[in-house]
Amino acid sequence: MQTTLDKQTNGTAARPQEYIAPNVNIFETQEGYVLQAEMPGVGKDGLEITLEGTEITITGRRAPESVVGEPLFRERHTADYRRVFELDPAIDTSKVSAKINQGVLTVTLPKSERVKPRKITVD
Amino acid sequence: MNIVRWNRPMLSSLPTFGGLSTLRSEIDRLFDAPLTELARASQFLSGAAPAVDVYENKENFVVKAELPGMKKEEIDVSLHDGSLSISGERNEEKVENGEMYRSERFFGRFQRTVALPASVDAAKITAQYKDGVLTVTLPKAEEAKPKQIDVQVN
Repeated sequence: MQTTLDKQTNGTAARPQEYIAPNVNIFETQEGYVLQAEMPGVGKDGLEITLEGTEITITGRRAPESVVGEPLFRERHTADYRRVFELDPAIDTSKVSAKINQGVLTVTLPKSERVKPRKITVD
Repeated sequence: MNIVRWNRPMLSSLPTFGGLSTLRSEIDRLFDAPLTELARASQFLSGAAPAVDVYENKENFVVKAELPGMKKEEIDVSLHDGSLSISGERNEEKVENGEMYRSERFFGRFQRTVALPASVDAAKITAQYKDGVLTVTLPKAEEAKPKQIDVQVN
């Protein structure tokens, strides 16, 4: 089986500072792929997932945070998240679904019926 | 370095040193490894300590920590000797019958302690968890609040 979902870029070369790449876990099952991306600070409204050709782009914009005072110490990124993955041609792009829970995006990418392993009963 | 290079063909020509020579080239390779690999290793280790921001306003200190994908019950917030500790354990979100394809997320125990620059009112600390970000608001103790003193003119 060929390498299927693979990291392609960490943002675009033209705007290197604008995004950070979220950490991801990717699983393959018989039914398809599951991608989990950590995007703390991003809510449902800040998500944008686009499928174009053989690529999936996930973009997460941080929900605006109210100013709470003078920063004494800062470690958290302020940049939005973005990452592009190449898709396995076996994925049925019309059936891709996504949800976000406490800053973790889960994208389910089912394989199309024709590539799923199938048992044929002998008469 | 030169002496080592000179020795190399002699060592590998002896059968007993074959393994040693492989080990040495392996160590050489390790030191030649691109820095990006080391950077990745440090990123992996930092997973155990979530990134935090600390803010201060007149009334409160506000600590924000990035803790994606947790349950409220799994996060432990405590105050001890003027230091705020955020700890917990992130349990792996497994996919049934799934084969791991890429693994970058951190799972396991983590802890982070932030020393607060002034005393706070422990009884009034509140914590909120939203979109994977924990926000802890720590009201300053009365003696730590800025005070306006009127200047008296005689």
